[in-house]
Parts: sequence; structure tokens; C-alpha cells
Amino acid sequence: MAYQVPRPKLTFAEKIYLPSVIAGLKITLGHLWRMLRGKTHVCMQYPEEKWDSHLPPHYRGAPTLVSDEFGRTRCVACQLCEFICPPRAIRIKPGEIPAENKFAKVEKFPEEFQIDMIRCIYCGLCEEVCPEQAIFLKKEYAITGTSRAAMMHQKEKLIEMGGIQPGVVNKWNEKK
Amino acid sequence: MSTEATTPKPVELVNVQIDGVWHQFPKGTRVIEACSQAGKFIPRYCYHPKLTSPGNCRMCMVELGMPKMTPDRKPELGPDGKPLHNWIPRPQISCAQDVSEGLGVRTDSSMVQEARKGVLEFLLINHPLDCPICDQAGECRLQEFSYDYGQAKTRFLDEKVKKPKRVEIGPRVTLDDERCILCTRCVRFMREVAKDDVIGIVDRGSYSSISCHPGKTLDSNYSLNTVDICPVGALTSTDFRFKMRVWFLKETKSICTSCATGCNTVISARENIVYRQTPRENNDVNQAWMCDYGRLNFHYLHSPERLLSPVVRGHEQPDWKNAIATAAAELKAVAPEQIAVIASGKMTNEELYLTAQLAKALGVKLHDIVPHTDTGDDILLSTDRNPNTAGAKLLGVSASTPGANLSAVVEGIRSGAIKALIVLGEDATLAGLTSADLTKLTVLVTTAILPNATTAAATHLLPSAAFAEKRGSMINKNGRLQRLNRAIQPPGLARDDWEILVGLTEAVTESSLGFNAIEDVVKAMTAATPALAGLSLSKIGDLGVQLPLPANE
Repeated sequence: MAYQVPRPKLTFAEKIYLPSVIAGLKITLGHLWRMLRGKTHVCMQYPEEKWDSHLPPHYRGAPTLVSDEFGRTRCVACQLCEFICPPRAIRIKPGEIPAENKFAKVEKFPEEFQIDMIRCIYCGLCEEVCPEQAIFLKKEYAITGTSRAAMMHQKEKLIEMGGIQPGVVNKWNEKK
Repeated sequence: MSTEATTPKPVELVNVQIDGVWHQFPKGTRVIEACSQAGKFIPRYCYHPKLTSPGNCRMCMVELGMPKMTPDRKPELGPDGKPLHNWIPRPQISCAQDVSEGLGVRTDSSMVQEARKGVLEFLLINHPLDCPICDQAGECRLQEFSYDYGQAKTRFLDEKVKKPKRVEIGPRVTLDDERCILCTRCVRFMREVAKDDVIGIVDRGSYSSISCHPGKTLDSNYSLNTVDICPVGALTSTDFRFKMRVWFLKETKSICTSCATGCNTVISARENIVYRQTPRENNDVNQAWMCDYGRLNFHYLHSPERLLSPVVRGHEQPDWKNAIATAAAELKAVAPEQIAVIASGKMTNEELYLTAQLAKALGVKLHDIVPHTDTGDDILLSTDRNPNTAGAKLLGVSASTPGANLSAVVEGIRSGAIKALIVLGEDATLAGLTSADLTKLTVLVTTAILPNATTAAATHLLPSAAFAEKRGSMINKNGRLQRLNRAIQPPGLARDDWEILVGLTEAVTESSLGFNAIEDVVKAMTAATPALAGLSLSKIGDLGVQLPLPANE
């Protein structure tokens, strides 16, 4: 059944419309007046000025690979992030750590690890799913490049961006 | 196996109550199997239907009840007319117990749940937190049952027992003793099926671990089956190690084409790359096993040498139509009695049927397949390494003794009586010809997947598809018709063999065969072959069909 929207009853002032126009102009002219006196700051002058100091601690920027205090990249190439990634931006090629390496106990490491930053949607699921706390979304948000290849963050770049992040679990010690 | 009794005795059924519902099972059924058939899956580690039951993992515990008896040994009946039970006051393992008349089973009572939880806690005491680096993750029974029956936290405060990790227990198997839960499936497999009793448990208590007999290695041709049956990640395949996580793999049911046994397999691939082959249960062919030779015989699929484009007289000819047309025209220019066909026992029935059609279209009388034999064993591996010798015989491409016509082909080429040769999926130098003989031919048309002496001499090289890249059927040595399925796409411009053969035949006859899909070929083949009458690829099914054929071996 058709529903008739009841029309509001308008007063005479509302019907002639002019008072609303004047009220609107008052606001506009008020802004103009404040601006002329240099009291309004509407725009941030990016990139001279940046948001960085205002970013909340949970801000999700570019995903990176972090290393522990012993210099080991935490990633063990379990490929869960590759599995969970909604836009399928992550590609990992697992490899085996040779037996004579000092981190041989971990056995597995990512031979190749690439994140396609054209695809990445900064959802943070990779960070959430990681059982090794190896992947973190840092605050870097200005990811640019002049080619597709430059937008493919390879392992070295990801490790460099991630840096060292101590203080999280260390389960690959001898007492594991 | 008791269930495979040859005498057709009437099966005696017994009444069993499972979780309050009465079922009937043949006498001799294990309680764990009866519960599975009734839809109540019992978790298990050591039990495997193809092996003996040692009952050592204690995971499959259920509550059992014997029928209550009156003093005159009559079952006491309840209000529903069914026997009442005396429940045994402690849980029992269901894997080593056969069903009996009036037996009662509770698979999910609080006592059972408590027992499972306790068993799992014990199993996890020394289990390492290896899941992120463990190849079994995703198909690990310990992971699965921990989610289903375990608890999230550990109450264990002491240090875990350290055991050897990353041990090369055999050339193809890697052992991680810390992950082992000592179910002894591998020990029993090697003893009972592979008949090579080299592994066992050494040391005591929580230091017990799986180890190989000193001075020996797990080098049996069946060693990788231990990896399949290992419920955890203790035994892993060295070949598959760290290659790909299992949850990415797309599984395709197919058959192994490395010998005439035709073991049923699952091909696991991701994005057009095959990562592993595993056996698939078929009690009429391979039980649940396959040999390491066949299992690992797939790496050539991704060889960098794969032939990717048709080559006509030394020049790449990416236009298939053109390549096939010139091949057909040059073949037609040769008299029929000057042409011979060397086909392969590795071809599917459909391809062999089309080979026969092509030979007929050209008027060729001289055709055969190249026999391949090697040492076999009395478990699965056959001496005949052609997977479809029976099909080649049935469809008339092979001589009644495979290879009997080859000497005539060789002589014909050497004397110059044969001027054109068609080699399908074979290397003619394995048929007694030399590379010099091949250069005498005016036309040499060949289909192949990898370069060999024949492709080097070929005037027309047509790249074709390997076993994981095509559909079709094959007949194993016992006359069982089985199905191949496509797991990945052929690389480059390589084409399905049946399309190449249809193209050649159509170009020779200058008429259409009307085959648009492999199903059309199957239809024509089954209509023309009485032994295959009424069959189609879908009717063959996953487990194959036994044909009324004389056995090949």
C-alpha cells in the first residue's frame, strides 16, 4: 500500500524562505571575516605538514617484517598471511635454514616474501593471523612508486621497514 | 583381512546399540568402524584400517556395555523390548574390540570426553610448538583433535623433553622425533605391508623415540607411505618439505601412470604447479598405498625443458592449424605402406582409439607400442612400466605381443621402405632405431612433452600434455578401467593429445569427426569397442570399473 508522507506544517517565516537565506549568509560571512583576520585553519599544508604526530597507536600503515633482538627475521614462512590476505597481495616462497646456521632450530624461513602494495588494502589481517608476531603494520602510509615493480615490496625492503622489535614472545629458544 | 573372505558365506549380523540407537553390523566389524558407519567418528591415532591394532594411543576410548543377563543367561529386556546394558565402569578402546550381539556403545558420554581430554593432554606434554613450520599443519590429527577435544592451555610446568629433530631417516623421509606421538603406525606399516622391518621405538618412558635399525635406513620403495599414515608431522616427505602449505593445494583424483598397476592417487597442485602425489584408497587396486617411484615421478611436469610450441622443420610454428595441416599434407604425400606408427603404452584409451583412426585414415598397417619393462616387486610395482598396455592391445594399436612389430619398422626404415614415421609420446630410439636412422626419414611427425632423440630429428614436432594435464582413461594390468583427471593446464602452446590426433585425422581425411570434447571421443570409442560398451568417463567413477578382460600379467 502506498504510504503518504505527511508534509510538515510550515510557519509564515519558513514559507517566505528569506530568514533562512540570511541565517546561512551570516555563517558564511562570519567565516569570511575570521579568515580575513587570519584566525581560521581549514587546510593542512601536506606534505610540508603531516599527520604523523597525530596518528593513533593502532594506525594501520604499510605491513612490514620485523626482526628480533638477535637479528633473526621472525617470519618462519608459515604462509598464514598469504592465506588470509583478502586481496591476495602476499606471496611467499619458503626455504630451509641450513643445519649449520645459528638459527637452524627454526628450520624454516621465507626465501622470498613479497607484498604487492598496489593490492594491499591495509586491513591488518596478516598482522592478526601471524603466529610468530613477525608481521606488523607500521605507520608508513605514503607508499608510492613510479612502476609496478617499485610497488612490490620485496623481503629486503619489508625487513628494512620493519626494523627490530624486541619484547614480543621468543619461542624459538632452547626451552621451547 | 577377514572382511575379504573368498567363500560367499552368509554374513551374520549382530545388533549393536550406539549412543542409544540400534544398528546392525556384520560379525567381525571393529567397534571403531561400526561407530564410523553409524556416523559417530571416533578420534584415533594408532588405529589404521589396513594395519593391525596395537591399541597404544588410547585416543579411541568409548564406554562399552554388555547386555544384562538374567540368572538363566537370557538378556534382560527393557520397556522397548531391547536388551539392557551393564556398562563397564571405565572407558575401553574401540579399535581392538569386535562388535558382539547386544553390545552397547557410548561415544560421547562425559566419561569418554574426560578420557579423550586426558589422553590429549598427555600427548601434548612434550609436543613442540612447531605448527608454523610443520608440513603436517592443516592435515594433522593432533591439531584437529586438539581443537575438537583438547584444551587451550597447558598445565605443564617442567621443561619439555628434547629429542632429535630434522633426522634423515631415509633418502626420502625426514624424521622429527619431538613431534612423534609413538602411535607406531610407521613401524607396523614397514613390518606388515612393506616387509622391510627397519624402524622401531628405542629408549624408555618419555624418552621413547622412533629410530631406524643401526646401520640401516628407511630406504624401502614404500617409505613415503609412512609419511601419509603418520598422524602428526613426525615423518615428513623430504621432497615435499617446506614446498607448500597443504591448505593451498587443490586436490584432483587421478591415477599413477608410472607402471601397469595404476594406483589411485590424489594430485595436489596450486596455480598450475603440482606439489605432490598421494595414494587414494582403492581396495581393488592399491589398498591405501603407492610406491615412492610412482609418487615422485612427476617433477618432469615442470621441467624447464618442456616443449612449448609446435616446430615444423626446425622453425617454431605457433599456429597449430598450420603445423597440423603441413604435417598431414606431408604424410599424405607418402604412400600408406611407406608409413609406420610408433605409439605409446603411456597414452590414454581415447588417444589410442584416435591413433587407430589416424592409422586407418592414412591406410597405415604397421603400428605398435614400445614396451617398457623394469624390475617390479610383489607389493604394487609392476614389471610393465607402461600404464596402459592393456588398453593399447584392446584398441588394436599394439601388436598382440607389445613391440613385436617394431623390428619390421626398424628394418623398413633402414632399407628405405618406410619413408614416414609417426611417433606418439615415445622416443623411437628406445624402439631399436638410432638417431642416424631417423634422419633417413622424409617425414617424422612426433608428439612429445620433453625433448629426446626423436624430437631432435622430427620434421613436425607437436608438443602435447602430460598425465596430470589431461583427462582420459587407462586399463591396468588386471583389466580395471580407470580415469585420469586434469589437475593443471598444459604449459605454453602444448595441447591435449586427443586434440592433436583429431586435428591430424581431420586434416588427412579432409572431413570433420565432430569431436568437440573428450566425451565425444569416449562416446565414439565405447561404441566401436565391445569391451567398453556402455561406459563413459563419468560411469568409470573415482574407483574405476573392472572389465571382463584376460589379465595382462
